[in-house]
Amino acid sequence: MPVNNQAPAVRLIQGNEACAEGAIIAGCRFYAGYPITPSSEIAEVLSYRLPAVDGTFIQMEDEIASMGAVIGASLAGAKAMTATSGPGFSLMQENLGFACMAEAPCVLVNVMRGGPSTGLPTAPAQGDVQQARWGTHGDHPIIALCPDSVSECVSLTVRAFNLAEKYRTPVIFLMDEVIGHMRENIVLPPPSEFEIFQRIRPSVPPEWSIPYEDTEFGVPPVGDFGGGYRYHVTGLIHDQRGFPTLREDEVESIMNRLFRKIWSNLDDIQTWEEFMLDDAEVCVVAYGSVARSAKNAVVQARQQGIKAGLLRLVTIWPFCRQAVEKHISRYKKFVVPEMNMGQISREVKRVVQGRAPVDTVNRIIGRLIRPDEILAAIKGEES
Amino acid sequence: MSTADRHLIYQYLRHDKKFPHVWCPGCGNGIVLGALIRTIHKLGYAKDDIVLVSGIGCAGRVTAYVDFTTLHTTHGRALTFATGVKLAKPELKVIVIMGDGDATAIGGNHLIHAARRNVDLTAIIVNNSIYGMTGGQFSPTTPYSLKATTAPFGHVEHAFNISRLIEAAGGAFVSRGTVYHVNLLDQLLEKAVQKKGFSVVETISNCPTHFNKLNAIGSSVDHMRWIKDHAVKVEKANSMTEEELQGKFRIGVIVDRDLPDYQTEYEQVRRRAKESGEYRIDPQEVSRILESNQCY
Repeated sequence: MPVNNQAPAVRLIQGNEACAEGAIIAGCRFYAGYPITPSSEIAEVLSYRLPAVDGTFIQMEDEIASMGAVIGASLAGAKAMTATSGPGFSLMQENLGFACMAEAPCVLVNVMRGGPSTGLPTAPAQGDVQQARWGTHGDHPIIALCPDSVSECVSLTVRAFNLAEKYRTPVIFLMDEVIGHMRENIVLPPPSEFEIFQRIRPSVPPEWSIPYEDTEFGVPPVGDFGGGYRYHVTGLIHDQRGFPTLREDEVESIMNRLFRKIWSNLDDIQTWEEFMLDDAEVCVVAYGSVARSAKNAVVQARQQGIKAGLLRLVTIWPFCRQAVEKHISRYKKFVVPEMNMGQISREVKRVVQGRAPVDTVNRIIGRLIRPDEILAAIKGEES
Repeated sequence: MSTADRHLIYQYLRHDKKFPHVWCPGCGNGIVLGALIRTIHKLGYAKDDIVLVSGIGCAGRVTAYVDFTTLHTTHGRALTFATGVKLAKPELKVIVIMGDGDATAIGGNHLIHAARRNVDLTAIIVNNSIYGMTGGQFSPTTPYSLKATTAPFGHVEHAFNISRLIEAAGGAFVSRGTVYHVNLLDQLLEKAVQKKGFSVVETISNCPTHFNKLNAIGSSVDHMRWIKDHAVKVEKANSMTEEELQGKFRIGVIVDRDLPDYQTEYEQVRRRAKESGEYRIDPQEVSRILESNQCY
């Protein structure tokens, strides 16, 4: 670890370290967290890096408190983040919902390990995909991103902060244990090469500012705490000024806007990678570390004369429906390998609607899925 | 309440938006809010200097009514949000209002850790010994042998003494006032808000709707009279015998100690990170450090 903040150009680092570097580049200046394997390195790196850039690292008493502190710091104007894994992610769900409701930008990293409960602390899984979508109570939209390499941990963490700021929303960064602990040589680009988005602050005087205004874009500008824009923040459903309401028209207005700000900007929010999909007849849909095995399996299938391709989901939520439907008439089948019992394959099936068979490869034994297991599924063999 | 006082409080309330309030007639929450407003005004803070944070419950509703920057958080978590606000923007004066259930049951862990860390916050804990908003269930401060809607056969748990709990956990300033001793409450708030570090004003309050009715205490006035008869100022209590103090409770400043607050301590971390990028412990010093921490 270098003493100064000028990171060398090429470094051999873990996904967790890369995520922390990405956070610093994105302008993260507040981290609150609680130790948990396999995410702890993110906290360790940031406890070292943040004070050097006048940021704050605080280790809280639990994950509930961590998420609370992150939201408080965000409302005060800081770019704020926490990182955790399965059991901690469960504890963060309460205040994650508050961040959705209060529209507090923040990034929540979940390095997925095997579950349920304490589960498999040092082994990989992708079991929290649906929890990321629906874990906190009540209807809400959410953005979740999923990196598949150490270098992408940098760039996608920056993107997570950008999306959080742009849409005034929590963004979940879903890593898995393989990506978090894997070491790769990466070229760390200078921070100037990244586009950094800052949340939109009001350009009107305080008395004109409406912190939860129903704007066309759906994301009203809001002032930082202490900046002269006094307003009320609550987890209760509120009117445009932020005060609790039970009036149906006001409830409808804010709930519609919360969804609209995400759903009407899918083109901006959703990203995916297409690999050998141009003429593919078998579409493998994968994400995270499993996408690496899937890429290898696709190459092997091509060598054996099978027209396979990979659709790698980078944005996990909202689900990239368009990407699945794009060449659907050409596909003879889908293969969805996941380290869970089928949390994304059910989304794929929902989109495909029987237009092609959807085969799954599911492993919940605490190891990543091998290319030969995916290849067997591509070929229609029992694995 | 004097006319001038009423006029002052009026200036701080969100009249056009959030009234009438939800509190029952005879509730102590308005008295606490009045004391807080007088204190902020007297100390000369601008409305923009203050962030008022609350949790869930009757006391938690206070944030909607007063024209500061206000943050109404999840149940029990007010201190965690407040910690984030304060550390991200230390120039703000962050005040937290919680009820007894909010602060010491669901938020108990956050309370002792905020005290241990000595984050520069002021916590007002309105202790009416019951969950009011949800309908009179027992809280961690409901006295043994009394009734609650979830203790129809009498309460068989023992209550927390909030001030002693915080005194043991840490924090710079611990005090106890009541909604009867209003002048004292103003004085305690004034000291607490000015104190650098974690400061607490436990405020003994009443719940005429649930606590008093369930336990045959009578009206709010009757409860106020009980508070008046049983509260003893700390200064006076110091010269009283154990027998004389039997059944009474202390009000006033219980702990006032100078401890570096978290932000001040964290500046050391920033300095080390920037200047040398490391922190070395002299092996000769380890034993002395262990001794001086008095952890066990």
